[in-house]
Amino acid sequence: MPILRLVLERIAYAFIVITAVLVLNFILVRLAPGDPAEVIAGESGGITEEILAAIRRDYGLDLPLHEQLWIYLGNAVQGDLGYSFYFNSPVVELVVSRMGPTILLILAATVIALFIGTALGVLASRNPEGLFSNFLTVASLIGYSAPAFWTGLMLIILFAFVVPLFPVAGLYDVTLSVGYFGRALDIAHHLVLPAFTLAIIYIAQYSRLARASMLEVLGSDYIRTARAKGVAERVVFFKHALRNAILPIITITGLHFGNLLSGAVLVEAVFNWPGLGTLAFDSLLRRDYTTILALLFFSALMVIVANLATDFCYRLADPRIKGKRG
Amino acid sequence: MPAADASSALLEVRNLQVDFRTRNGIAHVLDGIEFSLSKGEILGIVGESGCGKSMTALAIMGLVPTPPGRIAGGEIVYRGENLLKASKERMRRIRGNRISMIFQEPMTALNPVFTVGDQIAESIVLHQGLSRRAALDRAVELLREVHIPAPERRIGEFPHQLSGGMRQRIMIAIALACEPDILIADEPTTALDVTVQAQVFDLLLELQQDRDMAIVLITHDMGVIAEMTGRVLVMYAGRIIEAAAVDDLLENPQHPYTSGLIACVPQLSDEPEAEREALMEIPGVVPPLTELGVGCAFEPRCGFRMPVCVQSRPSPVAVGAGHSAACWLMEDADRQGADRQGADRRDGDRP
Amino acid sequence: MADRPAGAEIPVATAESPAREAWRMFLRNRSAILGLVLLAAIILVSLFGPPLYGVDPFKIRGAPFTPPGVDPNVPLGTDHVGRDILAGMIGGGRATLAVGASAALMTVAIGLLVGAMAGYYGGLVDEILMRITEFFQVLPSLILAMVLVALFTPSLYMIAIAIGVASWQSTARLARAEFLRLKELEYVKAGRTIGATDRRLIWVVILPNALPPLIVSATLIVGVAILFEAGLSFLGLGDPNIMSWGLMIGSSREYIFDSWWSATFPGAAIFLSVLSVSLIGDGLNDALNPKLRER
Repeated sequence: MPILRLVLERIAYAFIVITAVLVLNFILVRLAPGDPAEVIAGESGGITEEILAAIRRDYGLDLPLHEQLWIYLGNAVQGDLGYSFYFNSPVVELVVSRMGPTILLILAATVIALFIGTALGVLASRNPEGLFSNFLTVASLIGYSAPAFWTGLMLIILFAFVVPLFPVAGLYDVTLSVGYFGRALDIAHHLVLPAFTLAIIYIAQYSRLARASMLEVLGSDYIRTARAKGVAERVVFFKHALRNAILPIITITGLHFGNLLSGAVLVEAVFNWPGLGTLAFDSLLRRDYTTILALLFFSALMVIVANLATDFCYRLADPRIKGKRG
Repeated sequence: MPAADASSALLEVRNLQVDFRTRNGIAHVLDGIEFSLSKGEILGIVGESGCGKSMTALAIMGLVPTPPGRIAGGEIVYRGENLLKASKERMRRIRGNRISMIFQEPMTALNPVFTVGDQIAESIVLHQGLSRRAALDRAVELLREVHIPAPERRIGEFPHQLSGGMRQRIMIAIALACEPDILIADEPTTALDVTVQAQVFDLLLELQQDRDMAIVLITHDMGVIAEMTGRVLVMYAGRIIEAAAVDDLLENPQHPYTSGLIACVPQLSDEPEAEREALMEIPGVVPPLTELGVGCAFEPRCGFRMPVCVQSRPSPVAVGAGHSAACWLMEDADRQGADRQGADRRDGDRP
Repeated sequence: MADRPAGAEIPVATAESPAREAWRMFLRNRSAILGLVLLAAIILVSLFGPPLYGVDPFKIRGAPFTPPGVDPNVPLGTDHVGRDILAGMIGGGRATLAVGASAALMTVAIGLLVGAMAGYYGGLVDEILMRITEFFQVLPSLILAMVLVALFTPSLYMIAIAIGVASWQSTARLARAEFLRLKELEYVKAGRTIGATDRRLIWVVILPNALPPLIVSATLIVGVAILFEAGLSFLGLGDPNIMSWGLMIGSSREYIFDSWWSATFPGAAIFLSVLSVSLIGDGLNDALNPKLRER
């Protein structure tokens, strides 16, 4: 029963935030320099007076602001966030059609970062003053400091010229005519480099966090209890300690979803990955504001969903949180 | 020290030395600890925090954190086997099985992400090779033995759902899961409120008598010592400064530090009200272990200090049957053949 | 009455000896010193390099795609239109560093203001400000910054403001936590009873004590801001009339197979700048965090 209430509360909250994002979008268009109609039309060229007039009519741009907002929100509820004159498509359709590859990229990067980062950090925590631990500290600093789009380009050079193991651009090879399974494999093959590029920063961060978290947990009373029970050191480490040390990493992973989305924009542009990032890149190039604003809206939506998902995961992982508001 | 019961001892600690590397140099955290423990006995170890009483327990358990700690010498003999020479694997099989330990902080001593049933069962599966199912059944029995109501329901709960007293009972159940010979209880009730403290001690006494198990009870509370233990070791700055049967110790303390500890507990002291007030605390603090000189570690806080106290450290001297103390006053008493009257001296020394 | 300078009574954090101790800790940290030297070198080159080298980074100085080490005129080679990479390296740092630093300042300013108000006043103010903070946390910062820069004219100012607006949330949370903790301390309460104004208590009494964690976070934010600026320039959102490292990478992205060098060198410059700031931030963290000091 309280769970149901909690879920409803969360959904209501998400609803408010989504509305707020829409209001923000509305305000931004009105604040931008120039005629809102022209902003909405974008700079795609071929915009005639008729089109501008149609936009003014559709958006009610001659009406008072609050009525305009009302029209905007009303349209949004019906799934209409505007029309991209450059892409010649309603932006909602456009954005939704590009979401798949981005979500795939982000999930892959998250999984890579979580596994590699946690593994490295845990390994380092076994001997916090040791050579590997010090090496990891330096390596994570380097990984953290390199701009993702640059790392991506460096990897492209490496894999295009030196060791051509992985394809360096696109989602799949259009010239290949393979079955369903073959296509999936091909996509996975294409995914390796962009996902890894996006993951590097997070591998760096999670390895540091995992190391610190493990060290803290290993010093706690319940680890001493486990040892006093005669539990083997390996089991103390991987069962008793790791299970607790992972909790802050789950929290941080959830918080990082927005950052991953930001990073994906850059990485996609580098690898021509046909997701929201390349869409953003293309619409920025054409100053297609309607699409860009829809992108902002959908990325906020994705972050909200990701936060809910993280919350759910955390509840599964930490029995203390049940029934409490997190 | 009576050597007669050495062969019948369950556990014997001989000249135990533990060093810790610190930023300010080597600290001799334990320095020449010696005692024996017989089957079914309750031995008390008393002293202020930092005196090494917990470290003694950890050394017996083979859990001295290394580094920075290091066992620098001595023997810990359990049933004829020197545990300091035992392999890691051998030691692991003894821990939680033949020798168990419970800790001061029941609130944090249980793993928050596992059910209490699993945490009890783990020990049983580990040492007795039972299946998880059977171990959980045994866990229910154990919870009943430590008087936890509705044990079938409790084993599925997580530590945060239980009170401090409950958690300490769970800890006791874990420790007793494999019917150990020795239970080390390190300040088991310090974090609990008074009524719960009494319940936990009653439980420990009951379980100890049922199983004829030896208990090493570590505390800073002379009141607890008086109520629970048979024999007592008083520790100060990593050494045992007095050892005696509990009645003997309370009635006839020999070391000034012991007298001070006893005076801190109102109902144990025979001294008049005013005197007691003044003695509620021993002035000063335990000196840093890295800064101990060649003299007696208690000398800076002692009301009876003599020139010799700064020059060299006193060794334990037998002052009666099963009663020894490490203080220059004892040597003094021996030499002069006079009976020492601590209270008189103390009065004479005070401004 | 309320404006009476209460400095004599309120123990304003002099913090001199702890600060000096922290500084000594910092100087003992070899990697932090390395970061400091690296950053100083980058700043010096960016400040004095352009007049000394005297080459306009936009000017065509050789054949397109000249590799490094071939033409002594352009030691690091040229890009796809024949512009001097070395000139870009030397001249491109100004925009990146200036935007990085001012964006970090902007971020800290907004975050500190919001966090200090929320933490100090508590109650409804706190509730509202934290809801706003949470709202901004839902918006992916680079995408928000992108939108802001795209909608308004791309200038260095706008980029700095956009980065600030998009990334102040964590500073606000940090500042709020510090203010919540510090406002309960005795000397703050004492200050209140003798009639010090809220403004004085916030900025003169509490703030200096809240500084250590804020300084560490501000340092790390400089690194983040540099990465941001580079990212925006890479996406073509920089000021097209000002050379920057991000712009160099962005414009040579398509030609990566023809000239590996034109993206590699400016990227390395960004990397080294962020690395130097990260090293300094880590060093400051170790020096200013008393918990670590005891180890």
